[in-house]
Amino acid sequence: MSSPPPGALTAAFIIAGKDLRSELRRRTALVSAVVFAALILVIFNFARDPTSLRAEQLAPSAFWITCAFAAVMALSRAFAVELEHGALDGLLLAPVPREALFLGKFLGNLVFVLVVEGITLPLFVLFFNVSLRGALPGIMLVAVLATVGFVAVGTVFSALTARVRFNELMLPVLLLPFMLPPLAGAAQVTAALLNGRPILESAGWLRLLLVYDITFVTLSLLIFPALFDE
Amino acid sequence: MPVSSPSDREPILLQATGLRRSFGERVVLTGVDLILAEGETIAVTGPNGVGKTTLLRVLAGLLRPSAGEVLLDGRPVRTADPRSRAAIGLLSHRAMLYDDLTLQENLEFVARLHGLRDPRKVARDSLEQVELLARAGDSPRTLSRGLIQRAALARALLHAPRLLLLDEPFTGLDRAAAGRLRALLAARRPAGLGTIIVTHQLDEARDIASRVLALQAGSIGSVAA
Repeated sequence: MSSPPPGALTAAFIIAGKDLRSELRRRTALVSAVVFAALILVIFNFARDPTSLRAEQLAPSAFWITCAFAAVMALSRAFAVELEHGALDGLLLAPVPREALFLGKFLGNLVFVLVVEGITLPLFVLFFNVSLRGALPGIMLVAVLATVGFVAVGTVFSALTARVRFNELMLPVLLLPFMLPPLAGAAQVTAALLNGRPILESAGWLRLLLVYDITFVTLSLLIFPALFDE
Repeated sequence: MPVSSPSDREPILLQATGLRRSFGERVVLTGVDLILAEGETIAVTGPNGVGKTTLLRVLAGLLRPSAGEVLLDGRPVRTADPRSRAAIGLLSHRAMLYDDLTLQENLEFVARLHGLRDPRKVARDSLEQVELLARAGDSPRTLSRGLIQRAALARALLHAPRLLLLDEPFTGLDRAAAGRLRALLAARRPAGLGTIIVTHQLDEARDIASRVLALQAGSIGSVAA
């Protein structure tokens, strides 16, 4: 009946699959994040004075600020679902390494935040009336590079704050400072791409995003198991 | 030989030595010694708040003892290979089920994490074992307290763990379901599978366990039966 327990990567996919299936069924986090993103874009759009500020100047910052806050909303749910009926104990008792638990939650969160960004992007084009012609592949690349890093950090902080009081407040306070480097990089590259510049001109920022990703995914993998050493 | 040792010469499945656990200033376990032989069922009783659940969580490896050690099959529970956790099944106060998944999906998820072959069949068999197959497609949020307890039992028994830790397993169960649980526990003994039941109901404990231990003031103080 039994065979060896799955390896870390297989276990991670099993956990991520469970999270995504739950989210597809519940949809509350997805709908909240998308509605929230749409509201911020609307506010940014109406607050802008078109005679003094061109859409291309404001649009990249508006887009990434929107994505950042939508991601924080999504990440705040990541471990809350594990606490509802003590399901976290079940995960901790599973015969898989703690790193697999991190990878699973990270992959689930990453897919979720990328989906939110994917839905936000057309809204962004609609509200700011910017052209993505030629810029879309570059924006997709920078979105993945920026999102990997802050979702890794966010997954750790989501686990860290899930069992503390006022966790909805604690998560953004802890996470937003760590989101600044990838968000700044992503906004810079997006601005350059929207202005028709080739992506190679932003190679420095892309390298920074890549280094950030490697650093924080590695650190998160190392730190995560200690969070559950009660 | 301490009072919490088995009287026969069966191989030892679980051995806890000098377990202490405190939460801040509050000392809950002050030095628990416990031995569980293969195929043995023991019950740990005691009044509310005496540390029964803490003891179970320490034995499961979910809580680090402040001092002492838990060995399962001779290996430390907390530092052993993560795969060794496959030998542990836990029924706690909480069902460890996800409301957004059906019972079938919940159990399939557990079966996959344990690397069991044919997770769908394993999940169905496990639900059938607790007579919940008819509710396989339902979410746990639609179930009554007793049915949730049965689903949680199915989850704990799913991978036929060598060590089964049960925290107040009869809570919410009607007489028929309690009888089925007794039969399930009895069927584990010949296979050499060990069970520790934590309960504050002494009569229930005497009914199913070969030894009944009393947890008093943070340590195993006496053998009640």
